[in-house]
Amino acid sequence: MATQHSRSAARLMMAPAVILLLGWMLVPLIMTLLFSFKKYLPLRGGDLGWVGFENYVRFVTSSAFWPSVLATLAIVGGVLIITVVFGVLLAILLNQPMWGRGIVRILVIAPFFVMPTVSALVWKNMFMDPVNGLFAHLWTAFGAAPVEWLSQASLQSIVMIVSWQWLPFATLILLTAIQSLDSEQLEAAEMDGAPPIKRFAYITLPHLGRAITVVVLIQTIFLLGIFAEIFVTTQGSFGTRTLTYLIYQRVLESQNVGLGSAGGVYAIILANIIAIFLMRMVGKNLDA
Amino acid sequence: MARSVTTQRKIINTAVAWTVGLLIFFPILWTILTSFKTEATAIADPPVFLAFDWTLENYATVLERSDYMRFLWNSVIIAGGSTLLGIIIAVPAAWSMAFVPGPRTKDILLWMLSTKMLPAVGVLYPIYLIFIKLGLLDTRTGLVLVLMLMNLPIIVWMLYTYFREIPVEILEAARMDGAGLKEEILYVLTPMAIPGIASTLLLNFILAWNEAFWTLNLTAAKAAPLTAFIASYSSPEGLFYAKLSAASTMAIAPILILGWFSQKQLVSGLTFGAVK
Amino acid sequence: MTRIKSFHAATAMALVVASGAFADTTVTIATVNNGDMIRMQRLAPEFEAQNPDIRLEWVTLEENVLRQRVTQDIAANGGQFDVMTIGTYEVPIWGQQGWLVSLDDMPEVWDADDLLPAIRDGLTIDGALYAAPFYGESSMVMYRTDLMEKAGLEIPDAPSWDFIKQAAAAMTDTDNGTYGICLRGKAGWGENMAFLTAMANSFGARWFDEDWQPELNGPEWTAAVNFYMDLMTQHGPPGASTNGFNENLSLFQQGKCGMWIDATVAASFVTDPDDSTVADTVGFALAPDTGLGRRGNWLWAWSLAVPAGSDATQEAKTFIQWATSKDYTALVAAKEGWANVPPGTRSSLYENPEYQAAAPWADMTLNSINAADPTDPSVKPVPYTGVQFVAIPEFAGIATQVGQEISAALAGQQSVKEALDKAQALTLDEMEAAGY
Repeated sequence: MATQHSRSAARLMMAPAVILLLGWMLVPLIMTLLFSFKKYLPLRGGDLGWVGFENYVRFVTSSAFWPSVLATLAIVGGVLIITVVFGVLLAILLNQPMWGRGIVRILVIAPFFVMPTVSALVWKNMFMDPVNGLFAHLWTAFGAAPVEWLSQASLQSIVMIVSWQWLPFATLILLTAIQSLDSEQLEAAEMDGAPPIKRFAYITLPHLGRAITVVVLIQTIFLLGIFAEIFVTTQGSFGTRTLTYLIYQRVLESQNVGLGSAGGVYAIILANIIAIFLMRMVGKNLDA
Repeated sequence: MARSVTTQRKIINTAVAWTVGLLIFFPILWTILTSFKTEATAIADPPVFLAFDWTLENYATVLERSDYMRFLWNSVIIAGGSTLLGIIIAVPAAWSMAFVPGPRTKDILLWMLSTKMLPAVGVLYPIYLIFIKLGLLDTRTGLVLVLMLMNLPIIVWMLYTYFREIPVEILEAARMDGAGLKEEILYVLTPMAIPGIASTLLLNFILAWNEAFWTLNLTAAKAAPLTAFIASYSSPEGLFYAKLSAASTMAIAPILILGWFSQKQLVSGLTFGAVK
Repeated sequence: MTRIKSFHAATAMALVVASGAFADTTVTIATVNNGDMIRMQRLAPEFEAQNPDIRLEWVTLEENVLRQRVTQDIAANGGQFDVMTIGTYEVPIWGQQGWLVSLDDMPEVWDADDLLPAIRDGLTIDGALYAAPFYGESSMVMYRTDLMEKAGLEIPDAPSWDFIKQAAAAMTDTDNGTYGICLRGKAGWGENMAFLTAMANSFGARWFDEDWQPELNGPEWTAAVNFYMDLMTQHGPPGASTNGFNENLSLFQQGKCGMWIDATVAASFVTDPDDSTVADTVGFALAPDTGLGRRGNWLWAWSLAVPAGSDATQEAKTFIQWATSKDYTALVAAKEGWANVPPGTRSSLYENPEYQAAAPWADMTLNSINAADPTDPSVKPVPYTGVQFVAIPEFAGIATQVGQEISAALAGQQSVKEALDKAQALTLDEMEAAGY
């Protein structure tokens, strides 16, 4: 029973975090909204007056807009699928009896500690370079022509780099969830003669539902904004221009702050559509 | 009979797990190895794995060219400062959400998370202008603030899920014994929550350490952390794999070592409420 | 009580101000991580020894990151840097906006008249100099003399594009990993588009007609890009669509390229036996042409400028004077040899017999620089200045996107016609957004 007193105390304790985040959200948001209705070109004198919805129209009608939305969804979706599927498999594997589990866990967790810039640089140069990269050496050793990863399989390459970074995160959360699984239930099922696939589908997977939701939610939040990986590798070429990168090109490369801000507003809308969708899913799952 | 089956299974498990683990770790291992090669060996075909003349030359070059210690120190201050500040602000908020939940608590929590979806590139210009006005450009204070705000939702969320696992009965018992709010938090809750707080601290320290957009765009010389250090070694003229590897190793080594030593704490708290 | 307090405060303030007058002034320098700049940073303690009251802070970044940082800072007037390393593209635009401090008051001894006229003109707006060139470059053909001989060909000093194609075909030996020609393919206005714009000039193409109408899908551009595409797909290295200056440099140094058409500054890198496996067998020729009266070479100078928002203008100028002086050239020569001095900025360097002896490419570089005319870059008249760029603020954004389309065509993801049609459409759109 919460008393009136503790309620107001609770509100007071929540206040700093809420007010700070509200400010962090609203101040830039309002400025972005203001800019988005202006012709704002820093290299041509800055604020050149109101233009109504012109920036909004221009941003969506540009031929780059829809491909960028699709690229964003493809990267986020691809990484989510890979990390969840391989995360579940890895978690199951790591939960088996074996020698040196601690060391294996250390090896698996390591990519999560690597800066995105560093991992993109290392993958791009030392692995995916079509002449000096390790993959190229490997391919030629087997007599195959080296793959030009970042131009011919650009989207897949970026999905791969980002998945490598996030796989440890997914694995660890899923592993914690698997470890909490009631082993008696599994043993009982095994006694009843249920094959491993059935046991996985009817016992393990449902149990992991909540953990998968959390992985999807947290990763989506981070993946929607990935920038360094694209900036370092393809600079948005070969169909890897995400919405975030398109906005970057408008604001920083073209120095069109008005247009870029309109793009920012679209990105916020897209993020919120995805957020509402996710929140529904998570909200339900968190109450359960 | 049954024993030999399990032993056999254990051998297979071990072999598979080690192979997968080494494959995942390989890019990092390769980077570390390359950092000890000469530039010519670094691109040799066929690649040399271990049998090369190990050299520290690349590290010497990097140390001579950049003030590594200053970048490192800035990274420590910025990541550490933002994480600590975030925890100080988040603990009371998470506490009240976990123990005095109102009808809107869940909405507030989800809203907090949604603020993380603001695209950073979209708001760079406004933030830059605000930073100029407040004189925060190229200061560690400015970056501590920004990264704290960036990670605050994650910190609140993690602490909230952790606090919720603490049985309310314990708190009620403490209250019966006449503990006030302050005592309750300080002597009952905090000790129980320490593993959760530790893991929150670690995860956010890692996130802040690796943040590469704001740290690069809001700094110049004085407050630049290791992310800026790396930006001076990517694709210079001529061969650069070995030097890039040395710089990369120097940038990730501190966090890698910290992560490995504290992985138990990190893992124990890394559930985000995924386990119930 | 309050009065005493404020008295103390005043004394403290006075002390701070007084000590401030004697304290060091910090000059923050933003620069690219190119070899010559890293050398400058390494030699900078000499400057600090000569100027004990000036302390230098270095922000050394990769080119793309540097551009983003300095552009953002100057456009928002952030005032984070006292010296910025910028190029011939930025100087006229920023200077016109009043964002750079004029360098007309540099002392006599710095000798502004010694600067190469072509380079100096590119950094001058309405008669005032706004940046000091640190090193200047044009582009030229670098080739392997041994492979050229093996192919039974002799390259003229001023070859045509057709000859280049013929030679590239003859030098290509895919089985041994030798490719006839390496050219930039990585997307970016300063990467593939710098090369292609200069190349297109020699095919009679131009970015805009006199009314600022883009001509990217016109016959001249189509001819130039098709020629480039044929060269690269038939005689170029794999993965050319992600090769920029640095990637091609390392390919050439490893002996994988027969010819390479790129910046003249690369001459000292490819002939340096420490880094290059082909140091002894490199020859040079002027950039190719098609007989229309323009060659496919560009003009660029990495230059040092002082942003108007700097709070250490005088000290920044003192540093620029040091880094771009004849004394600095002599210092580099004494410490690291004449071949390593920053080239392409001063006439005196090219008259220096020691430099000529150490740098066999000196004449070719000078001729290339003098052959470029930023005010009249193409065969037809243009409304803009700049050889491999168009000096308007929108160009960087436009050309990077155009470069991405062409890069995608080079990777085989679309045809040249599709790429150029898209390029034309996006250029029209961006120009309209900018109010042309």
